[in-house]
Amino acid sequence: MGGRRSAPAPRPAAAVAVWALLLALLSGCSGGGSAADGIVTLRFQSLAWQKESVAATKELVKEWNRTHPAVRVQYVQGSWDTVHDQLLTAFEGGEAPDVIHDATDDLADFAHGGDLADLRALLPAALKADIPARSWRTATFGAGVYGVPFLQEPRVLIANSRLLKASGVRIPTPERPWSWPEFREVTKKLTAKGRYGIGWPLREPVSLTLNLGLSAGGELFHRGADGTVRLAFDAGDAVVPETVHDQVNADRSAARTTLGMGGSDTLPGFFGGRYAMVPLGFSYRQQIVQQAPKGFEWTVLPAPAGSAGLDQGVSPQTLSIARDSAHKREAAEFIAFLLRPPNMVRLAEGDWMLPTGTGALKDPALRTARYGWATGAALARELRPAPAQSVRGYPEWKDKVATPAYQEYYSGAIGLDELRHRLVGEGNRVLVRYQR
Amino acid sequence: MRSRTGPVGRAGQYLALLGYLVFLAFPFLWLVSTAFKPARELGSLHPTWLPRHPTLDNFRQAFDEQPLLRAGLNSLLAAVSAALIAVLVATPLAYAIARRKGRLATAATGWVVVSQAFPFVLVVIPLFLVLKDLHLIDSLAGLVLVYVVWALPFALWMLIGYVRAVPRELEEAAAVDGAGRLRTLVSVTAPLLAPGLVATWLFAFITAWNEFFFALVLLKTPQKQTLPVVLTHFLGAEGAADLGPLAAAAFLATLPSLAVFAVIQRRITGGMLAGAVKS
Repeated sequence: MGGRRSAPAPRPAAAVAVWALLLALLSGCSGGGSAADGIVTLRFQSLAWQKESVAATKELVKEWNRTHPAVRVQYVQGSWDTVHDQLLTAFEGGEAPDVIHDATDDLADFAHGGDLADLRALLPAALKADIPARSWRTATFGAGVYGVPFLQEPRVLIANSRLLKASGVRIPTPERPWSWPEFREVTKKLTAKGRYGIGWPLREPVSLTLNLGLSAGGELFHRGADGTVRLAFDAGDAVVPETVHDQVNADRSAARTTLGMGGSDTLPGFFGGRYAMVPLGFSYRQQIVQQAPKGFEWTVLPAPAGSAGLDQGVSPQTLSIARDSAHKREAAEFIAFLLRPPNMVRLAEGDWMLPTGTGALKDPALRTARYGWATGAALARELRPAPAQSVRGYPEWKDKVATPAYQEYYSGAIGLDELRHRLVGEGNRVLVRYQR
Repeated sequence: MRSRTGPVGRAGQYLALLGYLVFLAFPFLWLVSTAFKPARELGSLHPTWLPRHPTLDNFRQAFDEQPLLRAGLNSLLAAVSAALIAVLVATPLAYAIARRKGRLATAATGWVVVSQAFPFVLVVIPLFLVLKDLHLIDSLAGLVLVYVVWALPFALWMLIGYVRAVPRELEEAAAVDGAGRLRTLVSVTAPLLAPGLVATWLFAFITAWNEFFFALVLLKTPQKQTLPVVLTHFLGAEGAADLGPLAAAAFLATLPSLAVFAVIQRRITGGMLAGAVKS
């Protein structure tokens, strides 16, 4: 033990005081605007996250601020991973951003909870007319419209061009897509020693299965005349699950190991030639462009079609206005500016997604064959609201019933009858609780 | 006492220890490796430990896209302040609880344990409303207040142990020598408690430095966001991530913790050993 120490010198106290001063100074640096000078300040929480989309969004905010001196927009970066919890707290505390970027499948709770403004009377006619009715349906809850759907992405097949050509299979187009049975045959042909025809990333199997299931007429969720929703598993609902199940367990043309993977996890195997095709969201093309080895040739193909053609469910990205916002009119004007067709094109290019607006979709930049833009643009008219996104109780059904049921079915642990029983029997018990 | 472990046994122990260290270090080493890999190597089917073509592009991109320096300074301010205040508040409380026996001390100790069981999501909305009434939403001062409250129970718990490790006899001996209560505390107890204070400060610092959820919901202004919140901006929907810049930023975010730990680890070790041997 050391010798006796003297009483504490005043230095630590001084350090504490300096630190407290610094903290107070930094805490006082408010970024918020003031209404005292007559300038309205809107907070816009954006979920743009890729380099190009962040740049495009920030640039548009700058342009707005340059041309609208009386209404300043403050860009606030949000995150897809945490947006729901953050908004939930912000709404409860009355501190939500004025303009909110989210996706339609996350809006239902907030719309039903009265946290979002009904946009019908706020938006200009030109914007309303530019976005097709089927897209507006994705953000319509009850009688109100609670978000402007502006970006969406179909699921497409990304294929290794060399393997595809070498196999001699017919190359599908949006005009002549593969049928589901044809697709199954193709994946068999593409399968060879050390290579699978396809790698299905099915860590989150529910939305992929339901969204692609629309092509075969599968709806699973059926709304009655009284507005209540019931689950029913028809022949159309079985097409996609049976195809995947048989590819994995009977044909061995789909890799079993990818069943537990997310989309990004399959890319190394795709680049390495282990899977000839991977079904991914349209925006994954950006990762492929960035990460693919030099000389790797790839192409974008439409997902297979069923009795309903190329129909596919989507949950578009949206812009909403908080109900408590004191400047709803200004917020709506800003949204209308952000979603003018040329601006929508810039946002779509930045996110590698498709715009919902018909004007933006006509832009030549989104119709080039490069990186599969033309294929995606051709699919845009086939996109429908995801089957379950406005169904109350869907999140619980998805997590507790459907996810484990689909995972077990795809791995071969249970059969189709058991899958049907669990999705419908157990599922309806969940939904009933939400619809009493 | 002589060890009964032979050379083979000892070699086995070292091997096991080495394996454990590798296991612990793996995520960090992989993070470092990823931070220096170009995008094309990140998508390789056969990833390598060392980047084949090391690059600083991920760091450049991370700094270009997000205000990492500003966020780092915010985190540092919040974490250092919260840790300091937590230790200042916890020390006298811990001393009182450790030195006094009775129902109050037992109840206080019990409350410390129970308070650790509250999940974040349970308290965040009431907390949000309270801070709003105090006009402390969107301020680092409010965040520091939350971190202090959050770190206090465990800091108290740690310090109680350290105070109990200081032999009461030393204080009694000082009193016999004529030292008053304050003099005894300052000249005898405080120096012996210093390693424990440092260890507790470090715990509170790391807790606040890594905290994400409160910072996410309490801070609105981009210029005030802390590093863990800014790191999530490299994440997209459905688990997509801008992996290279994310790894680079996450690597940088671990450095202050490591630096603080490296500087004061000797004092922590001293603190852990204090009172371990009865003289």
